[in-house]
Amino acid sequence: MDEPTLLAALAADLDRAFETLVRARQDRLYSIALRMLGDPSDAEDAAQDAFVRAYRALADWEAQRIRELRLDAWLATIVVNIVRTRARRRSAAGRRESLTFLDELDHPRSVPADTPEGRLTRREASEAWARRVLALPERYRAPVVLRHVDGLAYDEIAGVLGRPQGTVKAQVHRGLALLRAMLEAEGPEDGPAEAPSTPPFAPARRTTDIPIPRLQEVTR
Amino acid sequence: MIRSAGALTDQALAGPLADLRTTAPGTLVPHVLIDLGLADAYAPIDSPIGPLYVAFNGLGVVAVEQAADGPSFERAHATRYGRPAYPVTALPRRLATAIRRRLAGDRRARIPLDLRGRTAFERDVWAKAVEIPRGEVRPYGWVAAEIGRPKAVRAVGTALGHNPFPLIVPCHRVVRSDGLIGQYSLGGPANKRTILAAEGLDPDELEALAHAGVRYIGSDTTRIYCLPSCHHARRITDRHRMAFRSVAEGERHGYRACRVCRPGSASAAA
Repeated sequence: MDEPTLLAALAADLDRAFETLVRARQDRLYSIALRMLGDPSDAEDAAQDAFVRAYRALADWEAQRIRELRLDAWLATIVVNIVRTRARRRSAAGRRESLTFLDELDHPRSVPADTPEGRLTRREASEAWARRVLALPERYRAPVVLRHVDGLAYDEIAGVLGRPQGTVKAQVHRGLALLRAMLEAEGPEDGPAEAPSTPPFAPARRTTDIPIPRLQEVTR
Repeated sequence: MIRSAGALTDQALAGPLADLRTTAPGTLVPHVLIDLGLADAYAPIDSPIGPLYVAFNGLGVVAVEQAADGPSFERAHATRYGRPAYPVTALPRRLATAIRRRLAGDRRARIPLDLRGRTAFERDVWAKAVEIPRGEVRPYGWVAAEIGRPKAVRAVGTALGHNPFPLIVPCHRVVRSDGLIGQYSLGGPANKRTILAAEGLDPDELEALAHAGVRYIGSDTTRIYCLPSCHHARRITDRHRMAFRSVAEGERHGYRACRVCRPGSASAAA
């Protein structure tokens, strides 16, 4: 279903169409959350929260406003804000009780159809890249994830993060340079053996000159 | 080989980074839909009439049902509510605790209910049923009078018959106005008797009184009369027990109505 059709369906009957939206965008929101947070359960929780917030917002909106929505940037804004809030009170006991389903729902829905050997090396390589991205300071990590993992355009990322487009471009560029530097520091064979030296969202990094938009400001 | 910065362009990085787009776990969609009440989850609980299925979502409990097994519960649920029901291993802990306490007689145990699509009248009837203590019964007419709709006795019966939350909303504690046990939506009248017996009430004894025309029990020491299953009535020893066929008879003997079970509400109704 293309975006205008999906938006029209949401505007016409939110309850009926919402599952289609979740199915169509779950991998994107989950991937953004996972690459920013690192922990799969935290990421699932964040993605779940994001969809729930999206539904509640859409339920209050008029049809016209829903049809005019820039869906992907809007959803990314929601999940990025949740990820930031979550990271800030990371250890706080706030995680919801998740349900344990009896069916095969608990397992990943698909595994790459590769040879076992190829699959393994690819997953290892992917995990190494995931660790490097997590090691990026937050102000670079979010733009890099949104640009290169999610594939949003620069003007959309600027809207999501509430930063000027030029700043976002520079931050993506700088983020990639840091990734390259990490790769070089690791040497040829051994890959990134250790956990990121900078924990995600380290307090020292949070003092940023860039205003962080609140959800209401961006979605209003 | 040492890679140089120049060798790895932004474009070369794009590939591995794009590969970080991954597949969401299969639990994400049901979690979201259940949270929003666009789908339900369900798990079995124990009850005096055997295992029951409790369906719930982020808004609260949706239904309590008897079913042969999970798949037949799911089919019936999908037909009735137009939503899928996903089996889960257990109810959320807080909900399970609240249900256990409510079934054990704690009327203050808070159980959120998904009341979408229910009428204000149904909500009033169900809320009133929750006030009836464990081990006691009240007539349909009592409920009607108590919610300020004394003429709506039949509608009260219908609302209780449609109660989607049996046991949690104890519609089994509402009986016919002539004192007989009456119908029960969760698998028939035999189940109603079983549940009442499990709560410490003897349904046969209750119906024997009804057949004898006894509607109220008074105490000649306190000179207060009650509905027969009121815990104040059940404390009266045989020596001091007075049987009345009507409120008028009690009043004629100079008795006043119990303020706890409010027997006047049973007679006020049509």
